Amino acid sequence: MFAACADPKAIEGLTWAMCYLTSGKHLDFYWSFVTVLGLLAITAPTALAMGFAGATASRSRFLPVSLLGKGYAAIVRGVPDIVFFLFFVIALDQGIEYLKSLAVCPDHSWPWQGLEFRVCPEAKVPLGKSSAIWHQAYGFALAVFTFALVFGAFAANVLYGAMNAVPKAQLETAEAYGMSQSQVFRRILVPQMWVFALPGLSNLWMILIKATPLLFLLGVKDIVFWARELGGSKTQAYEYPHPDWRLWYFLGLLVFYLAFTKVSEIVLARISARLSHGQATAAGEAMRKAG
Amino acid sequence: MTCWETVQAYAFRSIGYGENLLPRTDFTLCQQFTLIGSGLIWNVYFGVLALAFGFFFAIAVALAKSSRRMLLRKPAEWFVFIFRGSPLFIQFFLAYESLQLLPKVGINVLGFTLETAWTTRAWAGALLVLFLNTSAYAAEIFHGALKSIPKGDLEAAEAYGLTGWQKFRRIQWPTMLRLAWPSYTNEAIFLFHATTLVFFSGFPAFRQMGDALYYAKYFADKTFNPFVPYPIVAVYFIALTLLLTFAFGLVNRRLNRHLPSNQKSRIRLRPQIIR
Amino acid sequence: MKKLLLATAMVAVSGAAFAQDVVRLGTEGAYPPFNFINDAGEIAGFERDVGDELCARAALTCEWVTNDWDSIIPNLQSGNYDVIIAGMSITDERDEVIDFSQNYFPPAASAYVALSADADLTGVVSAQVSTIQAGYVAESGATLLEFATPDETIAAVRNGEAVAVFADKDFLAPIVAESNGELMFVADEVQLGGGVGLGLRESDAELKDKFNAAIQTMKDDGSLNALIEKHFGPETAKF
Repeated sequence: MFAACADPKAIEGLTWAMCYLTSGKHLDFYWSFVTVLGLLAITAPTALAMGFAGATASRSRFLPVSLLGKGYAAIVRGVPDIVFFLFFVIALDQGIEYLKSLAVCPDHSWPWQGLEFRVCPEAKVPLGKSSAIWHQAYGFALAVFTFALVFGAFAANVLYGAMNAVPKAQLETAEAYGMSQSQVFRRILVPQMWVFALPGLSNLWMILIKATPLLFLLGVKDIVFWARELGGSKTQAYEYPHPDWRLWYFLGLLVFYLAFTKVSEIVLARISARLSHGQATAAGEAMRKAG
Repeated sequence: MTCWETVQAYAFRSIGYGENLLPRTDFTLCQQFTLIGSGLIWNVYFGVLALAFGFFFAIAVALAKSSRRMLLRKPAEWFVFIFRGSPLFIQFFLAYESLQLLPKVGINVLGFTLETAWTTRAWAGALLVLFLNTSAYAAEIFHGALKSIPKGDLEAAEAYGLTGWQKFRRIQWPTMLRLAWPSYTNEAIFLFHATTLVFFSGFPAFRQMGDALYYAKYFADKTFNPFVPYPIVAVYFIALTLLLTFAFGLVNRRLNRHLPSNQKSRIRLRPQIIR
Repeated sequence: MKKLLLATAMVAVSGAAFAQDVVRLGTEGAYPPFNFINDAGEIAGFERDVGDELCARAALTCEWVTNDWDSIIPNLQSGNYDVIIAGMSITDERDEVIDFSQNYFPPAASAYVALSADADLTGVVSAQVSTIQAGYVAESGATLLEFATPDETIAAVRNGEAVAVFADKDFLAPIVAESNGELMFVADEVQLGGGVGLGLRESDAELKDKFNAAIQTMKDDGSLNALIEKHFGPETAKF
């Protein structure tokens, strides 16, 4: 990056440290923080949407739909996320390509031959000739979907509880005013449930943050992957040989995660205060008295 | 080898009994179910012990966190913050790194030699990390429950002349447990799930004795087919989770037995705190 | 009718050519000097050089991807890349599910490294999980201690967790050389596997032939040996 870094083995001291910390690999490491934060930013709303769909389905009066919603939450929550990640992404990828192959392939032979999965080249997602950036984008999208699916199951559970926690009297009042079922749902239940869902959702957010080290299982190079990669001892085959420094990198990550947790706690406390305003809950009551 | 012979050979392989060598060729479903089930012994071991020890430590930490004394409150707050604020992945790594810094020959305390080599073994080291981790999460749950004990209950207790230990033992403790139980159930489920991380990234497997995920990985690696062993682990864990929910549900019924039936809080997963 | 057949054949040919446009090479990126991510963040090492050269000789456009070692074969089967080039030894077990090209690295010696020359090799020996070395240690009667990464297997010996580490000699050699006498090779070398080859799907016979031919030309004109010497030093076994 800098001219002084042309020959890393000849320099030492501060210059060495500066060159080392700005090597291409370290830039990738710094960039991976953006990747992880970006992934969290996309995953959280997606998971919330899935959770909302799951919770709504669970409340359905139509039995198969309600079983589907409840089954989704129960089964996905019963499996350790790590186990889920180990096989689900490959399955998902193959499923997508199989569906695409039905549409675009000339022959519809069964693609699973023994352990091999084979569809015509046109059905590959992304296509074999696509540039690397598309492969990365696709991998990222698969990771987001898988994360969202797992955390959506937890969110479904929280939102289901929150929907049940909305005081019955409020819903009955709405009905007495002549609102239809869907009006009650849209105008009363959904706006009112957030205050009850927030503690659970905040916790879920905290867990989501702490699940990011599993991203490398989904093929996304996350910060823990790079920390391990950079910290491992380096022989002379590398430009910057050094002994095992993983401890320092991991301590750095520890600080990052703690700081991220702290910031999240502060933001969530603000949201909680905003939502509690004027609510018929203990917290809302306390605010009324104080106000 | 019939399936029954396989069960005899490998049912306790994860704790060192039975066939020494793992299957290397001609993998059968029976072998996969048996060995992965055998590995589950470790998941249950870590889960049950960490939960049992963690329960009491968590209550101590929760009380310390609610204390008015700074000297008690601050360390408890930091403990909870650090263990809840960082991924288990990193906790395992840091714990393993620091445990192996202990002198291998042992520490000399007043003429006695304290052995230290066992601390880097998964059964001790990983258990310690899981214990501290679940204590922190559970402490936060219990702390929340302590705070939400109805004020009237405490005032009534004082009116009856209950103070200090008596008040805690008879009023605060049972109410806290009752309020915290649904969330604590969730914490227990998460803890059992977290035990799969022990051999995955944290601690080395010794003599190929590992947990369910370790053996699943072994089979996935040998058969090159992830679609059989991992779903087997998933099935085992869904069963374990159901069992756990049932057992905690029984306790929950007992904790709520004095309430009129229409007020009973079912173990239905409540939104308050899930980990 | 003839015309129609011809047209179909044309489509098939162009389709195949189209598919072969980019050959994706999958590697681990964590096994120096075979393959690693260098300080610029790019895949480097012996296999990077060999792979680029093979693609040039076979007139293929290649692209590199990294994949976790654990799922490197399932992802090949799933078609996420077309070739595994990751220091993978040719073994019978693997050969049953995927195809190997001819080897581009001679059968490698595996070796024990310990802190002292009189290390007890029936004691605790560390190895990377799911490598041929781990299988060998388990069968040798020693107590196998498995780690997820090669780095950790070495660290275990340094901190006394294990008596010795058993791994590819070529991986261990630079580490021993740079340890200032702390680490040393002990006992005899063991020959495991049939050398390192490219892993391909069994249905990709055409691609395999192309690579086999390219490897042969590299063996014939000595350029492969030159690359081996460049990355592994003059003492390594060559073709």
